[in-house]
Amino acid sequence: MIRPESKDKPDAPAAWQPEIIAFCCNYCAYAAADLAGARRMQYPPNIRVIHLPCTGKLAMEYVLEAFEKGIDGILVAGCLEGGCHFQEGNLRARKRTDKVRAMLDEIGIDGRRLLMVNLSAAMAPTFVERVNEIVNTVRSLGPNPLKAADSRAKCARESAHEGAVSE
Amino acid sequence: MIVASPKCVTEVKDILARHDNVLFVGCGTCVTVCLAGGQREVGIAAYGVRMARKLAGRPIQIEQVTIERQCENEFIQDLAEAAARNEAILSFGCGAGVQALAERFPGKPVYAALNTRFLGILEEQAVWTEKCLGCGDCMLAEFGGLCPVTRCAKRMLNGPCGGSSPDHCETDADRPCIWHAIYERLRGIGQLDRLEKIQPPKNWQPAWHGGARKIVREEHRCDL
Repeated sequence: MIRPESKDKPDAPAAWQPEIIAFCCNYCAYAAADLAGARRMQYPPNIRVIHLPCTGKLAMEYVLEAFEKGIDGILVAGCLEGGCHFQEGNLRARKRTDKVRAMLDEIGIDGRRLLMVNLSAAMAPTFVERVNEIVNTVRSLGPNPLKAADSRAKCARESAHEGAVSE
Repeated sequence: MIVASPKCVTEVKDILARHDNVLFVGCGTCVTVCLAGGQREVGIAAYGVRMARKLAGRPIQIEQVTIERQCENEFIQDLAEAAARNEAILSFGCGAGVQALAERFPGKPVYAALNTRFLGILEEQAVWTEKCLGCGDCMLAEFGGLCPVTRCAKRMLNGPCGGSSPDHCETDADRPCIWHAIYERLRGIGQLDRLEKIQPPKNWQPAWHGGARKIVREEHRCDL
């Protein structure tokens, strides 16, 4: 994955940059993102877009898998309510994201890392605004706590290994 | 079918606190249909528990298997190797499934991931309602196929009570008055005369109150 460019000095340790997935519906957000690009609108490079045929295709497992693998935030962008090409895919996605958000809160990963928004294909400025919103939210929350847990576990394994070797 | 609902991640995590390798076993029958303990629900619960345990500083290894039915030994046998590889089993079956696994693997801790709720049906998408209490002495023939024993909050056999308003139960505005439904049903099939019979007190002997029940059907047994 291409990492957002760090503004730190070359010899300094790389500062953390949020890694965020945007699950975008083909009929709205994906086109809005395309339009934002065509209009040369600027938004943070922390977003990686995943193209969905409809947000109704978003399974809870996709979101959970991404968080387990260490993603810092997820934006789910679907059509305006009442405007889904498949009638109710975006409404289903809303309920699923609500459920996963509650689960993330319960687990200890802040549910605010998961944001669902509704927009149309013409709403490029809204797409940019929402991307900024999730990036700022995740930046204020810090890295996915599972990354730190992974590092701690790795350190513990390494020290245990070193201890075993020295014996 | 048997309707169950999943326990929350925190409760499952607490249940598994003393284990680091656990086999999650889904059931492909009732609890799959009621979206509580099928393959997908097992996967979602596994994500939750893995992440919660990692954050707590004690990662857990989870193996997932879903079998066709947890309440039959023929299907449970398929779990033997996976069960041997893990410290404990978390069953996503109903209470019967959990106990079937516990009896099949006497040396292995077996825990329940679901709350088994009732015998019911799918009313509409993701809405289940209780229909049968399993009282052991079915009276549905008397009531047009609708069960007041299960669905009347007061279990009245000579209803309705004076509290229904007019087709809903006084205990819950969302709960239909089953006696109103029975009346409409019997009227629809031309059997309103059934309501003229005063029902005697119900025989609760075949119900659960005497302890766990057992059925033996000699005509189907083959012990010679």
